[in-house]
Amino acid sequence: MRNAQDELAEIKSIMERSSRFLSLSGLSGILAGVYALIGSGIAYSLIYYPKPPYGKALSLTNPEYVISNVMITGLSVLLLSVFTAWLLSRKKSKKTKVSLWAPASRRFMRALFIPVIIGGLLCIGLYAQGQEHLVAAITLIFYGLGLFNASNFTLNEIKYLSYCQLILGLIATFFPEYGLVLWALGFGVLHIIYGAIMYVKYDG
Amino acid sequence: MKGKYDKAFENVIRLRIMSILMANEEFDFNSFKELLDVTDGNLATHLKQLEKNEFIEVKKSFVGRKPLTTYAATEEGKKAFQFHLTFLENLIKENKS
Repeated sequence: MRNAQDELAEIKSIMERSSRFLSLSGLSGILAGVYALIGSGIAYSLIYYPKPPYGKALSLTNPEYVISNVMITGLSVLLLSVFTAWLLSRKKSKKTKVSLWAPASRRFMRALFIPVIIGGLLCIGLYAQGQEHLVAAITLIFYGLGLFNASNFTLNEIKYLSYCQLILGLIATFFPEYGLVLWALGFGVLHIIYGAIMYVKYDG
Repeated sequence: MKGKYDKAFENVIRLRIMSILMANEEFDFNSFKELLDVTDGNLATHLKQLEKNEFIEVKKSFVGRKPLTTYAATEEGKKAFQFHLTFLENLIKENKS
């Protein structure tokens, strides 16, 4: 018989590897944050150019084409981030020889994307009702819920990211005039901080 | 509780299969193969053995046209595995004292 201690360690390790999606790269968090900051910059100039009145609401006074351009910017940030995460995770999973379509990663993605997709559809609904000032809050909250949901299937640290996103989302509900700033903080700054921590801790 | 060293888990592949099924409600054949890095035949033999012990159960279904074989731990299997773990833990404790 093998050493009992080694055997227990082995059991624990394989339980972890089989039930958690560990191929998420810290670098994809950093890049997603950078895209979000660039996107926020573009959105800011779309809404406020030529005279930026700091902190004023993204409101109905904006012509419709501005709102749809802002929405398209947000969607591009999302797609670019997902694509980057997919590319980098594929690279990492090749290195660790774990399939990207293992049961754990499928569960992780389902847990994350169901709230995110529902949140996205809700935003389209809000837009149709002329309530787009709540879009920043809704995207933050549903993304935060998705992360919270998915945290059971990946490294635990993502839970803290989810709490922060949820708090920012709730603040944005009460102060929609700061929606864009809070959105940039949540999707931009927090992602960069989180990505950097994960990168140093696990990828370095 | 003293626990019991279960012969069924003597083999490392079977021990790993059971560990995976403790952490996952169900797991399919190909995912096992990939994670454990074993051949089809080898894996099938060990799965058969666990099935014969009634520690795991097999579910066959189709995804589109592809057959999908998934496995899940039975209550008995979970209990046996738990006993095995307790045995190992006690062994470590005894060695320390």
